[in-house]
Order: sequence, then C-alpha cells, then structure tokens
Amino acid sequence: MSGSVAGDQATWSHALVNISPYTFSAIGIAVAIGVSVLGAAWGIYITGSSLIGAAIKAPRITSKNLISVIFCEAVAIYGVIVAIILQTKLESVPKSQIYAPESLRAGYAIFASGIIVGFANLVCGLCVGIIGSSCALSDAQNSSLFVKILVIEIFGSALGLFGVIVGIIMSAQASWPSKAG
Amino acid sequence: MYGFEALTFNIHGGYLEAIVRGHRASLLTASDYNNLCQCETLDDIKMHLSATEYGPYLQNEPSPLHTTTIVEKCTLKLVDEYKSMLCQATEPLSTFLEYIRYGHMIDNVVLIVTGTLHERDVQELLEKCHPLGMFDSIATLAVAQNMRELYRLVLVDTPLAPYFSECISSEDLDDMNIEIMRNTLYKAYLEDFYRFCQKLGGATAEIMSDLLSFEADRRVVNITINSIGTELTRDDRRKLYSNFGLLYPYGHEELAICEDIDQVRAAMEKYPPYQSIFSKLSYGESQMLDKAFYEEEVKRLCLTFEQQFHYAVFFAYMRLREQEIRNLMWISECVGQNQKSRVHDSVVFIF
Repeated sequence: MSGSVAGDQATWSHALVNISPYTFSAIGIAVAIGVSVLGAAWGIYITGSSLIGAAIKAPRITSKNLISVIFCEAVAIYGVIVAIILQTKLESVPKSQIYAPESLRAGYAIFASGIIVGFANLVCGLCVGIIGSSCALSDAQNSSLFVKILVIEIFGSALGLFGVIVGIIMSAQASWPSKAG
Repeated sequence: MYGFEALTFNIHGGYLEAIVRGHRASLLTASDYNNLCQCETLDDIKMHLSATEYGPYLQNEPSPLHTTTIVEKCTLKLVDEYKSMLCQATEPLSTFLEYIRYGHMIDNVVLIVTGTLHERDVQELLEKCHPLGMFDSIATLAVAQNMRELYRLVLVDTPLAPYFSECISSEDLDDMNIEIMRNTLYKAYLEDFYRFCQKLGGATAEIMSDLLSFEADRRVVNITINSIGTELTRDDRRKLYSNFGLLYPYGHEELAICEDIDQVRAAMEKYPPYQSIFSKLSYGESQMLDKAFYEEEVKRLCLTFEQQFHYAVFFAYMRLREQEIRNLMWISECVGQNQKSRVHDSVVFIF
C-alpha cells in the first residue's frame, strides 16, 4: 500500500518511496556498465599515451606493457558481466505489489549493486591506468623494474574484483514478490 | 589542484612527456665522459660520439674537425628534438616550450649588438648565434644606434617586447649599457616565466618555482661578483636582481652592498642550500664557483624526473642537454689544445 511508510503525503520520504523500484533498478544497471566503462577508458588512455611515447625510444616495452591495458579492459568486462547478471534479476510484479516493501527492497538491492560495481571499477580503472603509465616509463629506462611494478598493478586490479563480489552478493538476494497478496 | 594531475595530464601531455623521458635516457653517462676524456684527437672524439645518439649528426663531417663544428652539430641535434616536440605540443605546453627559448633570444640580441659595436660583420655574428634564439628580423639589429631604435625597429615584433619596458632609453649603446640591458631583459624574462608557471599551478608550479628561484639566485650572485670594482652603483645593481627566489628580499639587500668575494660568501652562507656550495670553495677563490653552481643545477634538474605528470621535465631536459654540450665543448677544447690534464676542471657529470 502506498504511503504507508511515512505519515504525511507531502514529505520527501513520501516522494522517494513512491519512485518505482524499476526506476532504481534500471539506473543501477546503467551505472554498473556506464561508469565501469568510463573507468576502463580513462585508465586505458592514461596508460596508452605514455606507452606509445616511451616505445619510440625503447620498442621492446610494447608487448609486455600491454598487460596494463588488459588489466584496465578487465574492469570494463566486470561491468558488463554484472550488468547482464543484474538485468536477469528484473522480474515483473503484479501492479498491486509494485510498492510493496519486498519490491522496494529488490529495486534498492539492484540499484546498490550497480552503484557499487560502477564506482569500484571507476577508481580501479584509474588506479591501474596511472600505475601502467609509470610502469611503461620505468620499463623503458630499466627493464628490471617491470615485474615489480606489475605486482602493484595486480593489487590495484583487485579493487575492482572486490566491488564485483559485493555487487553480486547484493544482487543475489534481490527477490521480487511473486503473487498478489 | 596539486596531486590530481595524473587524472588529466596524459590527455595532452602524456605522449610528449614519454618522448622527453626517452630523450633523457640518451644523455651521456660518466663512462661515456671517461672514454671521451681519454681521447687523443678530435677524430677520436668523433668516433666515440658516433656510437651515441650524436652519430648521425657527426658522421658526414670531413676529417680535420674543429671544436666549433662538434658543438654546432650537437646543438643542431638539440634544436631538432626541441622543434619536433614544439610542433606536437598543445597549449599550455607549447607556450611553456616557447618560454624556454626566450633566454637564448636575449643572448643572441646582445651578441649581435655587441658585435656591431665592435665593428664585426653581421653574417659572421649570425653564424655564432644560438639556433634556438633565432627570429626573423634578427639581422636588422645591426642597424640600431640606441635602445629606443632597437626596440622600435626590431624588438617590438618579437616575444621580447614586453621585457623592454624597463630599459628603453635614448642612451647610446656601449659595453656597460649592453650588459645592463642584458641583465634587465633577463630579469623581466625570469619574472614573466615564474608568473606563467604559477598560473599553471600544480606540480609544474612547484617544481619550476624551485628551478627558477635557483636560477634567479645564481644570477644575483654572478651580477654581484661581476660588478665588484666596476662603476655600477649599488642602486643600479639592486635593480638588476629579480623579485623572487630564496634570496629575495633580505639577501638582495646584503648583496647589493658587498664589495668583495668574502662579503658575498658571508652573505650567502646564511642560506643552507647555498652554504653547501660556498663551502666547497676555499677563501678568496672564485673560479670554481661556476662549476659548483652548475653541479647544483644539474642535481636539481635530475630530481625533476622523479615526478611524473608535469612540464618541468621539458625545461630540465633542455638544460641538461645544454650542460652536456658545454661539457663536450670543454673536452674538445682540452683535447684540441693538448691540455688533457685540465679536462676534469670543468666537466659536470650528469649521471
């Protein structure tokens, strides 16, 4: 029943509670993929421009340093995977149940999952990109540094993975009410 | 905002920064300098240099080499690298790179005006000018009789025009006035460059302000020492000091009234960074001061490469190359004149 959470009909809480859970879900799915891809692209251009410039004087660095680009790309793939998982969680509910607490809970869970994954991947992509840029420049000067800096990158890319794990756990318990009543 | 350059610097500057770091890797090392110092003739030097990045520039030179040819070709390499970076740079990096060459323009202007005063041929002077400081109407400088004409005929169209406001006068150009003009122009240039870097903000502002302060302080000391015993008054000397740097304003007050080197030393030893420079010299000796300043400068320039995502690496690279060319010139001169014992007097190792 609508409006049962807050008393007065004209408060902000009343307005928020009356936004359809489908809206929240859709925004969550959009943020999951959109912001992840933003992070991945940001990281790739930061790494790529330094890599290209450094490879002019030291062509040997190109093949190894593509790993940095691949780590950034992985961030975008996490976003795609989570967005696909989230959209399979969307179900139709009967009209009377749209504003039931169970429906709201499912909508909020999908929204939160999307935000978690999106922003975790944004900062992860940035982190891996900046490290990748420094890695390319250091490798061009001294090739023994590459593997050591790669370890830092691996820790950085774990951040995106944390976001994906928590996001999937959140979305796993998003269950819509099944029948009227 | 300082600290977040990493997010957006690479959009416009990432490629060129990587290129300049690649160039830096090809600066001559201490082992290269040791090999060069062992050379017997200038042809040996050419052979050693052909294994480095200078190879393509020197290989076509005919055999009786002169020191000036070596220096000219090495400078040509620096100019080529500078121009290839400049043409790929966008704002504000392109303006930053342009600022680097204004110092050379000032030197060239003074060279031509002095040469004309001593009745040298204009063509000969033009050949001695530094290629980075050339501009279109430079040959017309030989025609000017006083500073006002100098400004009106030639310099008003060049980037040096704003620096002239403090030294336009109708006095005739003679040796003393030309030196004062050079120092006044350079003072205005350094202050302008400093303001520009402050406007850029972030890491560039911080690192460049350190480098430019050192440059300003070095010039203060050199002006002081060179004007001891000349007819330059204390106020005139004070007016040639730049308005920033570690020594501003109290050090300037003390240095303006110095009358000999020991007083300069006493004034400078109050500042810890310069105290270490002056402690390397024994009392009364000033010949090694230049080398001590160069060493300190090279140390600071190398430190700029420790940080990423700023423009000071471009400035540092140009200065380090110029130091390398100075080293090569000194080594070639010593070898050419058979004075190899003095080679290590003036070579500053970069790495």
